[in-house]
Amino acid sequence: MKRFLSLLLVLVMMTSLLAACGAKDPEPTTPVAETPVDETPAPTEEPAETTPQVLLWNVGADPKTIDPTLNGASDGGDVINQTFEALTREKSGIVYPGIAESWEVSEDGLTITFNLRESNWSDGTPLTAHDFVYTWKRGMDPATASEYSWIWEYTNVVGAADAAFGEGSLDDVGVAALDDYTLEVKLNNPTDYILSLLSFYHFMPVKQSAVESAADGAWAKDPALAVSNGPFVLTSYTIGQGLVLEKNPEYWNAENVMLDKIDAVFIDEESTAYQAFQSGELQFIPSVPTAEVPRLIAEDPQFYVFPLLGTYYYNFNMKLELWADPLVRKAINMAIDRELICDTLGAGQVPAAGFVPPGFPDAEGNDFFETAGTYGLATDDSKIEEAQALLAEAGFPNGEGFPEFTIMYNTSEGHQMVAEIIQEMLKTNLGLNASLENQEWAVFQDTRKVGDYELARGGWLTDFMDPSGLLSIFTTGNAYNDPKFENAEYDRLLSLSSQTRGAEHFEALYAAQDILMTELPIVPVYHYSDTMLVSDVVVGWDRSVLGTVDFSGASIVE
Amino acid sequence: MGSYYLKRIISAIITILLIATLTFTMMHSIPGGPFTRERPVPDEILKSLNEKYNLDAPLYVQYFDYMKGLVTFDLGPSYSKIGTTVNDLLVAGFPTSAKIGLMASLLIVILGIPVGIISALKQNKPIDYFVMFMATLGVTVPSFVIATLIIYVFAGKLGWIPSFGLSTPLGYIGPVIALTGYSLSFVARLTRSSMLEVLRQDYIRTARANGLKEFSVIGKHAVKNALIPVVTYIGPMIAAILTGSFVVEKIFAVPGMGRYYVESVTNRDYTTIMGMTVFYAAFYIIMVLFVDIAYGFIDPRIRLGKE
Repeated sequence: MKRFLSLLLVLVMMTSLLAACGAKDPEPTTPVAETPVDETPAPTEEPAETTPQVLLWNVGADPKTIDPTLNGASDGGDVINQTFEALTREKSGIVYPGIAESWEVSEDGLTITFNLRESNWSDGTPLTAHDFVYTWKRGMDPATASEYSWIWEYTNVVGAADAAFGEGSLDDVGVAALDDYTLEVKLNNPTDYILSLLSFYHFMPVKQSAVESAADGAWAKDPALAVSNGPFVLTSYTIGQGLVLEKNPEYWNAENVMLDKIDAVFIDEESTAYQAFQSGELQFIPSVPTAEVPRLIAEDPQFYVFPLLGTYYYNFNMKLELWADPLVRKAINMAIDRELICDTLGAGQVPAAGFVPPGFPDAEGNDFFETAGTYGLATDDSKIEEAQALLAEAGFPNGEGFPEFTIMYNTSEGHQMVAEIIQEMLKTNLGLNASLENQEWAVFQDTRKVGDYELARGGWLTDFMDPSGLLSIFTTGNAYNDPKFENAEYDRLLSLSSQTRGAEHFEALYAAQDILMTELPIVPVYHYSDTMLVSDVVVGWDRSVLGTVDFSGASIVE
Repeated sequence: MGSYYLKRIISAIITILLIATLTFTMMHSIPGGPFTRERPVPDEILKSLNEKYNLDAPLYVQYFDYMKGLVTFDLGPSYSKIGTTVNDLLVAGFPTSAKIGLMASLLIVILGIPVGIISALKQNKPIDYFVMFMATLGVTVPSFVIATLIIYVFAGKLGWIPSFGLSTPLGYIGPVIALTGYSLSFVARLTRSSMLEVLRQDYIRTARANGLKEFSVIGKHAVKNALIPVVTYIGPMIAAILTGSFVVEKIFAVPGMGRYYVESVTNRDYTTIMGMTVFYAAFYIIMVLFVDIAYGFIDPRIRLGKE
């Protein structure tokens, strides 16, 4: 027994030892414990004045990085959008002046001159046009290895894509600081969407001395080294736990920033975050358990559903004889009840009978999605008979004689649900037999890229406000052209769209989607949606159409 | 005695190197890489990324580079938290996981063993049935169910504990209980069955026949021997519990190291997988060594290095 007790003693000693180690750790828990919410004085004449405005926010996962140039993920982007500001700031699709006070676009649309406001970094030093030149060239530089540097191809900035892909020099890039507060950007082609694109986190300025103070973006997570220019600054960061942002007094528009502090946590377990929201420990959470969505949509005004600029679809492997007949592809497209799928998923997804989602205004201001229509497909089950007729015409009445094929997706409950519904619909409506196969996520990416599949899931979200960001992936040789679709006219139209603007630009894009939806190398299923749950005490928050949250104008009302 | 420990240490080092080699080979043989994305990065960008992290070097070069780092305790940069090293992740995560783990281990030892002993002494009495029923429940109900229930009831309905995190001492209650469930039940069952077996031994009968007090028979002769299998289990268990649990840490949003075991594989975060595996292996081996030393104290028949 004595021996046993001594073992126990060792255990106890180890516990206290570790507890002591933990105590030396400067980070844990103090930020949360210090939340001065309780300091509110007893009811007097001046209530709201003294209560610090604190937002309790769940970021989701612990971001890979919060260095704007290196970031490529939405959780990192959500944080960066609070700590940094680009030339412009986009909220709900409207572009507002950011660090650029105003801008002029030349007659031919090929030169944009940004007039920067006199503003400061959070360390009090002035922010100039040279900082933008530095940041952007850092982003393009292959040595920086930013995952998002490919986006330069879509900016149409002279020489930028070549520099990013290692085929040109950074010196030949068409970006120049004419003086401290004038930034000139030269474009290959007129690009109407560039003002909203430049509000994206990749284009937010970083300070050279801060960047060089720690390797690989580590500076951005270190409150002692982080320098930023947005509404908030980082004051604490605990790996795997959370971060604290405080109002940046140096921000040019600081007088309109209401929040004093944002207490952010990294909870990727949706049910836990939801529970914490319910008990008031969190006020803003980016996602909720799928099972709760229908109830929340029906009865909770604190639940928001936004369209997300992307599409969930299936790829036909066009290299296979199996799909050679366009009638078969069309029959499959018609036999699917997309509304039923969206109802089953139940999170506000929009049935897709095209590739471009809602949310893109064309030259006349009409929504591209609405104008494009459904291309003779249906979003419900009204075209099943037509589908059966098409399949019979192709020589497979009731699916007879058509070989069994495999529907492939990456392992996930949601993907499996969609795949099962489609399998069932093809069987019931067309008599086609399909088996299901799922692969681990990264393995699946590989399989799809090399084209080792028959029918495989795909998903695409765009990063800028133009349908070309979606349609261009199906051009010949594009790295994301998973169906290996090849159509010379389609390629020509997309190339035309990149050289034109206004009505001509959109005409080319409409015509391109016409071809895509006639040839049907894909089965569009639905357009993504974005959900969030926001306590009704949080007001004035916003989000960009790409889904990045914006707390620059948010406040807490009691 | 000294040469025994030397032998053990050398074999431990070889084991760790073998484990590292095996993990390295397995990780690099599955498709995908740290920069695999739902939306793949263009080949040119992938090339610069691979160049930057030296992933374009031949595999054997990467292997030797990694091993060189390992020997100097440099576990390399994490690919899924750029700018952060695997050492940073361990330094940040291990103390938290270990704190919860040690509390859970203590609870398991303090509760599990006495309950098992009492249950054995009261075999087939109501208390025994009750303990065995609870223990069976504890072994069969998965920790994520326990964890979710705790959050739902005690954080949600009753509001006694916070829903997430360790910002207050109360925050430890949920994770510790969820982490304890399985092992506590297992230890109780193991102690009980081992105790029952020992009580049937001749030397217990002899002790009783010699007129030793019952307390002395149980405490001095029975329990000590009954604990051998329990200690065998507890050693490695402590290694497993102290290095964190994916499920418990995820559900309670605890910033420990348990989550990296699963996340790093999904992300193909090679260095983190290696770091976590090697760390766990080393810890495990140390705990097994402790168990072997403990045998010497408990069981007079085992005297290390004196054979």
